[in-house]
Amino acid sequence: MESAVNQSFVQKTSERTMKFLGTNPKDAKLSLTFFAVSFVALLIGGFLGLLQGLERAGVITMPAWFDYYQTLTTHGILLILIFTGAFLIGYLYAGVSHTLGGLLPKVRKMGWISFTLIVIGTVVVASQILIGEASVLYTFYPPMAASPWFYIGLVFVVLGIWVAAFGVFINVANWRKRNKGQHVPLFSYFATGIFILLFVGTLGVTYEVLTLIPWAFGWTDTVNVMLSRTLFWSFGHTLVNVWYLTAVSAWYVAVPRIIGGRQFSDTLARAVVFLLVVLNVPGGFHHQIVDPGFSEGLKFMHVFMSLSIGFPSLMTAFAMFAMFERAGRKKGGKGLLGWFKKLPWKDVRFLAPFIAMATFIPAGAGGIAQTNFQLNQVVHNTLFITGHFHLTVGVSVALTFFGIAYWLVPHLSKRVMTPLVNKLAIWQVVLWTVGMAFMSGAMHTVGLFGAPRRTSFTTYNESAQALGWDPYLILVAVGGTLLLVSVVMVVCIVFHLMFKAPKGETEFPVAEVEDDAAPTPKWTERWSVWIVLMIAVISMGYVIPLVDLVMNAPPGSPPFKTW
Amino acid sequence: MKMHRFEEIWLIFAVVIIVGSMVITGYQAFALGMGPPSGKEVIDPQKVDETAPFDNPGVFEVGDKEYEVVMTLQAFSFDPGEIEIPAGSTVHFKMTSKDVVHGVQIVDTNVNAMVPPGHIQTITQKFDEPGEYLILCNEYCGTGHQLMSATVTVK
Repeated sequence: MESAVNQSFVQKTSERTMKFLGTNPKDAKLSLTFFAVSFVALLIGGFLGLLQGLERAGVITMPAWFDYYQTLTTHGILLILIFTGAFLIGYLYAGVSHTLGGLLPKVRKMGWISFTLIVIGTVVVASQILIGEASVLYTFYPPMAASPWFYIGLVFVVLGIWVAAFGVFINVANWRKRNKGQHVPLFSYFATGIFILLFVGTLGVTYEVLTLIPWAFGWTDTVNVMLSRTLFWSFGHTLVNVWYLTAVSAWYVAVPRIIGGRQFSDTLARAVVFLLVVLNVPGGFHHQIVDPGFSEGLKFMHVFMSLSIGFPSLMTAFAMFAMFERAGRKKGGKGLLGWFKKLPWKDVRFLAPFIAMATFIPAGAGGIAQTNFQLNQVVHNTLFITGHFHLTVGVSVALTFFGIAYWLVPHLSKRVMTPLVNKLAIWQVVLWTVGMAFMSGAMHTVGLFGAPRRTSFTTYNESAQALGWDPYLILVAVGGTLLLVSVVMVVCIVFHLMFKAPKGETEFPVAEVEDDAAPTPKWTERWSVWIVLMIAVISMGYVIPLVDLVMNAPPGSPPFKTW
Repeated sequence: MKMHRFEEIWLIFAVVIIVGSMVITGYQAFALGMGPPSGKEVIDPQKVDETAPFDNPGVFEVGDKEYEVVMTLQAFSFDPGEIEIPAGSTVHFKMTSKDVVHGVQIVDTNVNAMVPPGHIQTITQKFDEPGEYLILCNEYCGTGHQLMSATVTVK
């Protein structure tokens, strides 16, 4: 009986999906605008990334009016906040519109408000970096003090993200009221989880920034350095996991449909979402394993909290390959690995997310390794870490985002991707992969030898140890060059799909569950429970260190401008 | 929710990775004393020069082949900037920052620690092989960050 109900629910959703195929044009415009900003940020950020690679290798010297650290600050903020953030909102709003039957007019308006706030924030932040008042990098650790306007710009970006988050909450709540007893479609379930994580994850850093503004203006004398740093990392790592969860949403929702398969398990996908939401925030503490001010026991608990995030990812790894195998066998793949050949390798919509997933295997393994105390101490703040997040965010997330853009942009602009453009896009993805393999591989290796991250070209007074790193830094620059070519290609293709490609209909791929799938249990929808658990986990992780940092704080630090 | 047997095996494998990591890390940290640098003492960051022992940074012999290095970090230098010790020495570093957040790393050793202002960081390293070791700042600290280095010479 229950499975019959589920059956009709599945049919109903797919009918609804069909009816609204081609997302509401007003919603499409909103998402496309976000994508335009996202890919412009990618172009500028990518170009700056290449300059950095070349300077670090000693090939070029950046001019004094825009030095290495200004380049690095802009590269970080544009790529890890703006490219990803604008993409996320554009993508999730399109998907929510598609799976819930259009955005509410109020929510669409919130989408535009969010867009405006983010653009204003970005412009303010970028202007401060350009005039040399904010060479503080993406982490802006006090007591290094940027101009107060830098922090105010960041507040605008965060407010923009919050408005977007609440827009989705309102839309989903409204749908649930209108569709009592039904499961929110998986895509919107992901969107809810992602925005909850993003909202809660930004609370700590917002408090930090609000204490930095009066301090940077000179209204307060000192700031609590370690409290700021701890609050920053409650956000810093959560943020990258938000991008990761966004990529995962496409792996579960779109990829099975693209390869002609079905969802592996609706329940499992939802479990991955709420587990990542519940467990995530304290994970950021592993950035502080070699910090003073925390006991080893506390750090040990945090190693566990960080490692636990690995569990849902390992669930995903199984689900993905199981889903591939099923789809491949359905297409006639025989033997142990015959199904593998049946996958649509020549379709960029599959190839890009596939490489993204495959890359997450070494990337995730590296993450698990470097979370452990002693291994962390070997690689902390070396280029190994930079290599790590260029695999996770730079490949697993970025390639999935490109893969999404290759169907979502034409879907929204009512155009189609021609076979020729598909071929170009495949080259783009391959070039990206090769570029990252060079760059990230060299970074991992030279990081193990001790080369620090976030450092411009230097020989440390001709130190023999430091001179040995040079060949690897050249490889980093080679990888960076390939990557920039790939960036230019993807940006051209995306804008081509937006404005020039032939008119037509492109599908928004949403996978359906298997015909004999067990119904998804109702408890997966209990967000109140997941949020309470999330708060409990965050409290476990942070109450002790935060109270300790406030109660036993040393005298604070005045602002410094050391650039 | 029915699970395939392979999926169960896989998830057990996942739990084993996590638990295994915890056991090894915990054993090394608490039984072998290889925990990460976690100095708990604090200091007024604006009065480092007047506060013992940082009013007199340097290398001090505290036992047989055992040294204490009292070190201040500031943009963009380490004080002391040159450390000389005999091979086989154990060195206890005691460090604090006079301005922004710095990081200390000694290449080819396991010395790697954050040194934020207001806190006193400690770390111990035994130097067996003679040679010149590079000490560098591995947390961006300003425009001269790439120049911030020092050396340990082991004879």
